Formats: sequence, C-alpha cells, structure tokens
Amino acid sequence: MAGWSTHSGRAIALPLHNVDTDQLIPARFMSASRSEGYGKFLLHDMRFDADGAEIADFPLNRHEGASVLVAGRNFGSGSSREAAVYALVDAGITAVIAPNFGDIFASNAVNNGLLPARLPEHEVTQLIDSLADQSAAVLIDLRAGELRIGDQGYAFELDDSWRTKLINGWDDIDLTLNHEDQIQTFKDQRFQTTRWAWPAAQDQEPPSKRAQ
Amino acid sequence: MTHPRTLLDKLWSAHEILRREDGTSILWVDRHLVHEGSHHAFGKLAARGAKVTAPELTFAVVDHYAPTRNRDQIADPQISRMIGTLRKNAAQHGLRLFDLMDPAQGIVHVIGPEQGLTLPGLLINCGDSHTSTHGAFGAMAFGIGATEVAHVLATQTIWQKKPQSMRITVDGSLGPGVSAKDIALNWIARLGTGGAQGCAIEYAGNAVRDLSMEGRMTLCNLSIEGGARLGMVAPDEVTFAYLKGRPYAPKGDDWEAALADWANLRSDDGAAFDREVTLHGDAIAPTVTWGTSPEQALPVTENIPDPATLDPGKADAARAALDYMGLPIGRPLDGIQVDQVFVGSCTNGRIEDLRAAAAVMAGRKAKVPGMVSPGSAQVKAQAEQEGLDRIFTEAGLEWVAAGCSMCVGMNGDLVAPGKRCASSTNRNFRGRQGPGARTHLMSPAMVAAAAVTGTITDVRPLLHGRSV
Repeated sequence: MAGWSTHSGRAIALPLHNVDTDQLIPARFMSASRSEGYGKFLLHDMRFDADGAEIADFPLNRHEGASVLVAGRNFGSGSSREAAVYALVDAGITAVIAPNFGDIFASNAVNNGLLPARLPEHEVTQLIDSLADQSAAVLIDLRAGELRIGDQGYAFELDDSWRTKLINGWDDIDLTLNHEDQIQTFKDQRFQTTRWAWPAAQDQEPPSKRAQ
Repeated sequence: MTHPRTLLDKLWSAHEILRREDGTSILWVDRHLVHEGSHHAFGKLAARGAKVTAPELTFAVVDHYAPTRNRDQIADPQISRMIGTLRKNAAQHGLRLFDLMDPAQGIVHVIGPEQGLTLPGLLINCGDSHTSTHGAFGAMAFGIGATEVAHVLATQTIWQKKPQSMRITVDGSLGPGVSAKDIALNWIARLGTGGAQGCAIEYAGNAVRDLSMEGRMTLCNLSIEGGARLGMVAPDEVTFAYLKGRPYAPKGDDWEAALADWANLRSDDGAAFDREVTLHGDAIAPTVTWGTSPEQALPVTENIPDPATLDPGKADAARAALDYMGLPIGRPLDGIQVDQVFVGSCTNGRIEDLRAAAAVMAGRKAKVPGMVSPGSAQVKAQAEQEGLDRIFTEAGLEWVAAGCSMCVGMNGDLVAPGKRCASSTNRNFRGRQGPGARTHLMSPAMVAAAAVTGTITDVRPLLHGRSV
C-alpha cells in the first residue's frame, strides 16, 4: 500500500448518523472478488432503489468524484467487515470526517490508506450545514493534522501510530517480522509456563470419548 | 504491596510481547478463529506467499454462509464457492475445520466455548465483531478486520493499543422473564452506541454473577453494539464447571495448573477503572428496539418516542429510523404487529435461549411464521433430546440447522422487504436481515411471545404458571 501525506479533492456531506458497515456494503455483496472492484457496492441500498435505478438526490449520486465524506456520529459501527472500507476506497474516497468511528472500522480504514479523521461534533455539524448539498474543495495535511474545506480550517484527531502508518503506507506484517526473535522467545516462554493455553490434543481424550 | 490491577491489566501484561514508543503493543494471540468471510485474509497471505504460522492455534468454521436446509446439495453457487474456498484454505494450511456436516459445526462464537477452545486468560481474535462473546470466560477477545486476520495468520500476534477500562456493575437481581439480553439493550439504550467507545468492559455485580455462562456470553456478545472493544466477566466456579471435560479444554495436570492461574483472573480490590457505570437489575424490564440502531431500545411497556423530545443530536436519526421502520410516534410498543420471528444467532442461539423460547411457546401456536436455528449442531442435538424442537414445530415454526442464518442473511435466509421481524439477533440495522427488512431486537423469550401473539408483547404475563 502506498502512503500519503497530503490530499486535495472534493468533500461532500453525508448527513447521517450510525452509518454502519452493513449499510456501507450490504452482506450479499461480500462474496465478490476484490478484483472486480467494490466501489459499486458502496452504500448500495441507499444509492439505488429496489429496481437498481440511481436515487437522484442521494449525495454520492449528486457528486461524482467526491473523495472526502463528512458524516455524522458513529460512522462504520457494527460488523468487522473490511469490505466496507474496500467499498469506500474503490469508490475513490480518501478520507471520512466524523465525530467518531467504529473501532474496527477505523483500524481497517488505516490498513487500507483511508483516513478516519475525528472532529468535534459541533464542527462536523457546522461543516455539514455549510456544505449542504454542494461539494467543496478540500485539502488534508496528515502531518499537521489539519484540513481545510472551503475557507475554513480544522484540526482533526488521529492516533499517532495510525498517522505514521498512513504516511508510510506500512504493511504491519513486515514490521512485525522485524520482531521475530522477541515473538519466538515469548512463545517459548508461554509454552513453558502456561502450557494449558494450548488446545488439548485430541488424543488425550478419555477413551470413552475416543470410542464414539 | 503492589498496585491493585484490573482484570484487563492482568490479561494485557500476560500477552504483551513489546510496546512501541507510541504506545502500541504487539500481543500474543492464543486462539484465532476463521470463517468463510476470512477469504480476503487468506488471499492476502497467498499474495505474500506466506503460510499460517501456528495452525495448531487456528480453527476454521463454516457458519456465515452455512445453509440451514439441504446441506448435501447447496443450490446457490455463490454460497457453495464461499464454503469451498474455506475448505481449500483450511486444507492447504492444515487447520482443523468444523465443516457443514461436522457434528461440532456451528456459529464460531458458540462452538469456541462449546469445544473448550475458549478459556479464561486467553487472547482470542476472529474476523467478526462479536468475538467479544468469548470474554464471558475472562478472556480478552475482540473482532478484527481482514488485514489484521492476515497478520494474525502470518505472525500469531496483533498490534493493539491498550483500551480504556470500564466497569458496568449490575447489582440486585433480574425479575422473571428478564434476561442478559435485556441488561445489554438497557445499557446500550442508556449510554448510546458510542457509550463504551474504545473501552474494555468488565461486567460485575450480583446480577452478572448470577447469570449462567450462556447469559454471560449474550452480555459480552453485545458489548460491541455499545462501541466497546471487548467485554469480559471474571471467571468463577460457573466458568470452570462449564469448561471441565470440553474436548479442547486442558486435562489432568494442565487442568489443575489452569485452575491455579485462573484463580487470579479478577480485578483486585481497589483497582481503578477509567469509567464506572451501575445498573439496577431489579429495574430492568424486557426491552425491545424500535429503530435501526441497538441504542434505539425501550422497555416493552413504553411507547414509541417523539423524536422532538430526544437529545437534538439523536432526533434526526430517530426520525429516519421511524420512517424506515414504518412506525408512528407515541404508539405503544406492546401490540405492534410482526410478520415473522427468528430465534438464533451468536447472541441468542444457545441451549438456554432455546429453552427460554420453548417455555413460552409450549402448548401454544404461533400466529406468524418463523424459524429457529440453533447456534450449533450440538445445541441442536441437545434441544432435540429435550424435545424442544417438537415444541417449536408443533407451534408452527421451522426447525433448521445451525449457522448465522437470518441474523445476517448471507446464507439466503432473509426477511422480505418491508416485513417486520421479532428477532433474537444482535443488529437491527437497515437491511441487516435483507433489503428493507424491519428488525426488532429482543430476548428469545420475547420472540416466542411475539410468535404466539403475532405482536410485540410483554412476555411476563405469558409465563404465569410456567416453570422457567
């Protein structure tokens, strides 16, 4: 994954609270292969009616090319499905700004280069009101933790370790493998002192059970 | 004297391999549970040419896509492919797979405990948010995304920042017909879906101690719906009695060593929590959701709220929810007609849940169609031994095989658009049980009450003269 430190694009408001991951990508699309692109599934049941036609006044349908969403409280709550992030990323979204995020969603986002930027709720409300149903130019500076929408600047909150990951585009597995020796030592010690933490071997079962 | 420590402190330090300067730690993972939905993670592993580093600690199960009927000939090619992919990945990496026809198959959060894979003192991960269920045993258990699943597969570790600690004490005792589900919906309604954001919850108090393992699992399962990272209950004799003799639980000397270690798994007297909340068990009534978020819940004796009277931040969401749910302001919750019912899921698909539903349903007929899907094949077998299946089928409900089923609708079991379902599941999100589905969350006993009356109903009067 490539890292990034600044982004300029277009922001739109998604004035909804509790946009859970079931809405971001309904379950029935999750068996698709990533290679076919998940963008078309993003918020599918809000963007399209039962016949598959676009719902004209839904924000994402009004503004093609938006790269930043400003949304209400508790964005990405619910299921751990990383496919919700794939749908956003594949639809060209680089950042979501909200008062708070589902925990698992936020770490999934960072693992895919998507910024989950927290702003105080009153600032999000103000932003949503000022954007209304228009789009506006947005500039995000990850290092400074600042973003600018129209002529307003905001300081967003982001965990420091996540900021570093986004900027460097780090793959955690590579990072972790640098600590391979410490992990092996820990594992060996745990196996010595806490042997019960390993699943009982099935051949240790009492004969009565084995016979079944 | 050492500083008093919380259960979280003890579990965290037992798993911390190292902590970086920015406060992120690498933790050792004792159990990793995977399911069909883990296909993206296996794909990432394959793309690196990596293998599963600790296959003896990794267990696979077919649950999300598991058909609940006609398992030997899966009609839907997509479902067949998802299950086939898991089989292939499990075989390639040498993982124990609980396949469709395995007598131990079931929902991952039901079979982990049932098989003794879930133990006090462990760190347990799974690519499913309801992994918090396993915390009922005094384990540190939390859901992760696909990239993290790939990381655990490749390294048997996970990067995490230590969550804040929160204690929810439920004192007193629960009234008849009131269950762990009602405790959970009660605190989530009170604190909101972000009320425990980023916290590790420890549940304490008499009403929690008095719960069975099944009840504790229900409570911990729903922690994620209040924003928590994980939920836990300190292990005690109830926990140990549940685990003894389970297939993968420690045996012989290992069991004795485990019991000695587990005795320390409690928060020390005087340990400080970042947040404390107290609920009174006696004041909790059977609770149902009226909206599209688990926080939109009320005692069944109440009326649909007027959004204008809610916290301004919640009013818009409430209006949108009532519009989606097709419900008028001020209408009593009791008496709202339902079209169908569902009993099952990792929240309420255990034997005790089926017994609670059967106790209400025995000798009565369901006025609406519905489905009962046990949480595992073993729960199914036990229920059949106890005759619970006949109670359900004689009432007119369908008795089907184990899996996630209508909770998430991936296996084809869906609520039709616009239909209203009384459901023992965990999420009333828009479209969760199918596009346009309207879900009311409640306990299994309340679902049974809805089945026999055809409406959302206070279960308590229906229990008069019955042993529960």
